[in-house]
Amino acid sequence: MTLFTDTFLIALIAGIAAAGVPLLLAGLGEQLSEKAGVLNVGIEGMMLGGAYLGFYIAWATESTGLGFLGGILGGLLVSSLMVLFCVRMGLNQIVIGIALTLGAEGATALLHHVQFSRLYPRLSDVATWRIPGLADIPIIGPALFDREPVVYLAVALVPILVYVYRRTHLGLAVQAAGDKPAALDSAGQNVLAIRSFAVLACGGMVGLGGAFMSIVGAGVFVPFMTHGNGFIGIVLAMLARGRPLWVLFGAVLFGACLSAATALQVAGVAIPTDVVQMLPFVAVMLVLLIAGRNAKLPAALGAAYVRGER
Amino acid sequence: MLDAHPRATDIPSGTEAPPIVTFEGVTKRYPGIIANDSIDMEFRAGEVHVLLGENGAGKSTLVSMLSGLQQPDDGRILIDGVEKPIGSPGEALEIGISTVFQHSMLVPSLTLVENATLGRKWWQKPDREGTAQVMNAAAERIGVRLDPMALTGDLSLGERQQAEITRALMRGARFLILDEATAMLTPDDAARLGELMRRLAAEGMAVVFITHKLNEAVAYGDRVSVLRLGKKVGGLSPEELKSLDPQEATNAVVQLMFGTREASTGERDRPDATTVDRSAKPTLELLALYAKSGRVPLENIEFKVWPGEILGIAGIDGNGQKQLASTIAGQAPVSDGRIILDGAYIDKMTIGQRREKGLRYVTDDRLGEGTVGTFPMSINLLLKEIGQTPYWRGGIEQPEAIRENARQKVKEFDIRTPSIDTPVGKLSGGNIQKVLLARELAGAARVVIFEKPTYGLDLANIAATKMRIREAAQSGAAVILISTELDELLELSHRIAVMDQGRVAGIVENEDGARHKIGALMSGAEK
Ligand SMILES: Nc1ncnc2c1ncn2[C@@H]1O[C@H](COP(=O)(O)OP(=O)(O)O)[C@@H](O)[C@H]1O
Ligand SMILES: [Mg+2]
Repeated sequence: MTLFTDTFLIALIAGIAAAGVPLLLAGLGEQLSEKAGVLNVGIEGMMLGGAYLGFYIAWATESTGLGFLGGILGGLLVSSLMVLFCVRMGLNQIVIGIALTLGAEGATALLHHVQFSRLYPRLSDVATWRIPGLADIPIIGPALFDREPVVYLAVALVPILVYVYRRTHLGLAVQAAGDKPAALDSAGQNVLAIRSFAVLACGGMVGLGGAFMSIVGAGVFVPFMTHGNGFIGIVLAMLARGRPLWVLFGAVLFGACLSAATALQVAGVAIPTDVVQMLPFVAVMLVLLIAGRNAKLPAALGAAYVRGER
Repeated sequence: MLDAHPRATDIPSGTEAPPIVTFEGVTKRYPGIIANDSIDMEFRAGEVHVLLGENGAGKSTLVSMLSGLQQPDDGRILIDGVEKPIGSPGEALEIGISTVFQHSMLVPSLTLVENATLGRKWWQKPDREGTAQVMNAAAERIGVRLDPMALTGDLSLGERQQAEITRALMRGARFLILDEATAMLTPDDAARLGELMRRLAAEGMAVVFITHKLNEAVAYGDRVSVLRLGKKVGGLSPEELKSLDPQEATNAVVQLMFGTREASTGERDRPDATTVDRSAKPTLELLALYAKSGRVPLENIEFKVWPGEILGIAGIDGNGQKQLASTIAGQAPVSDGRIILDGAYIDKMTIGQRREKGLRYVTDDRLGEGTVGTFPMSINLLLKEIGQTPYWRGGIEQPEAIRENARQKVKEFDIRTPSIDTPVGKLSGGNIQKVLLARELAGAARVVIFEKPTYGLDLANIAATKMRIREAAQSGAAVILISTELDELLELSHRIAVMDQGRVAGIVENEDGARHKIGALMSGAEK
């Protein structure tokens, strides 16, 4: 097949990484939050917050590094509202999550309009880190090992989180906060602090994912640009059943669908674009059908913790 | 019988020191109820302080204030003679108060060791091996064996309770609270725990012990306080307790708890064996039943139960009793063998189909698998009939029929609830059990499985439950009664099967000498 030229393959694999990193960060963040018992439906909004603030700071300071920090900050800002309303005040997590997503969509679109009116300034390309040796492998090398540092960081988070969940007290406490918060409380730990931490950490990761989309992926900020990536992150977290590695697999799978959709269009394959763009969502539904059956969720997921209530 | 002697005769000179915890006029209100009404109480080092009272009397509420889970609405708490609130569970642990709660406070998805390390600082690394050793040592101290690396969710309620007691001891507390800790233990284990309490008190620890078994209270307690409807209605001081013999002390306590009612002592009448016609067709028959999926796999279980018969299932907790019940009820799959009800094979049927055939299961996990805590009582009464007429018609709820059913059941089963719309989770244990009984015994029951039906209940509720069990059999149902209380089994059953490691070690007719034979089977002497 003439379709599979080297350039096509490099573009396809690089595209998987580009599309997969925001999903990976969103899935890992959501997984952490859910493990601690907070169903974070607001991550779409956190992602947008990160995408906007990351882009804005990168543009204003002309520093992508500061831009990524801004993305983390944007996610933190939105997630701190989640902490306030859902963890501290015990309001309904789904309602607040949806409200935050809608609110962030409106707020970022408005801010962007106020600042840039109808202009969409573009950022210059982001510097990559070339990993010596690995980057010389044909096809895979240029696609995966000559990338923006955030790509490596996102992948490095997988073993780090595995370590945290399996080997640290923090991991145990997070799991207890989601499965039986009363047990954690009676052991003398602060359930609300653990949950707050988990939601904030989630916000930071997701915000970074959003900043990756605007700074690296698109180079511009466009209102509503996260385009359901946060929600796919929720699906990934649900399918992964608490395992960070599975989030990685899922992110690669969905990233491949997104990337294939673009690559096929670029290659001019004669399939209607609407069908091609549906691919990732068809994949979501198929995977949910096959693997979603016995998805095991933390027992206290979605329930606010109030000491002594029964 | 329990030994009434080992009361600390020489309480260490600490008697002069202020009590570790003093309650002065402590009051706790919940919506619609005063759970603790102006309680004055002292908890001293070197004393086992027994709290008695019916279900719902307010014992666990008192415990939750001692352990920092709840704050009093009124009154003062003194620690070592100085006024100081117990602001959080963490503060309670710092003071040295360690609690074994009535309802398990272990995380099911973590192992026992991980549960034991939960309280440590989050930046520390869990030391699983080291903690396991400490845990094993503590377990040995109370004479139980447990696998520290076992996943908590795989253990029976009894095993979890043993693990919780072990964990409390590991913390090196000076004040130990045991809320209904012996409820899930076999008589031997309970006696061992009693001895341990005595030993800990002799070492200078303050122990708060909540139980429904008056003989335990009298045998192990130094001081008894009785609660009724949230009020402290009296008690026995160490001096009084010492001057009375066990029977007198028991009678005094019963007087306080129930006003005039007497302790039911002479209930040793066995059921009449002639009421069961074993030449007739058995109602329930198990043929070479295997179930491999559970933690204790069932192997080659065979027995028959005739109409009107109560078959007791004895055995140390965790020997496959729960698996047996859930396999017959259809909650766990059969790997091999057959289950026959009224001549028809039911082992391939769903839970709902089995219920239609007349199979009923009263679980011991009353709030877990038995009821939905947040649903109103009236719906919980119909949990297994959701969508069926006359309570639902064409998918539409019929509120009046549902309410009428609830009102009738409340009357018939004497369910004490603020209203029929109250969430079941807010009722006391005895009343949750009544809701379960009312639901499971409704309609034409052919086989009823009772799993630890009296666990955690007070005397009045135990009597009511036993009456229901007898009634079920008298109405012609075949009854399976799973219990770790040998006395209860001997009182109610026609025959008693003993389970050991997922097998039936033997089936004994309930006649003279049965107790001895069962003991031998349980200890594995007759294998
Ligand atoms: N968290 C709570 N919310 C509302 N009511 C409660 C709560 N805890 C206990 N109660 C009520 O307070 C009363 C005392 O309960 P409890 O202390 O558990 O009794 P006991 O342990 O003696 O059986 C009961 O009527 C119970 O329904
Ligand atoms: Mg209680």
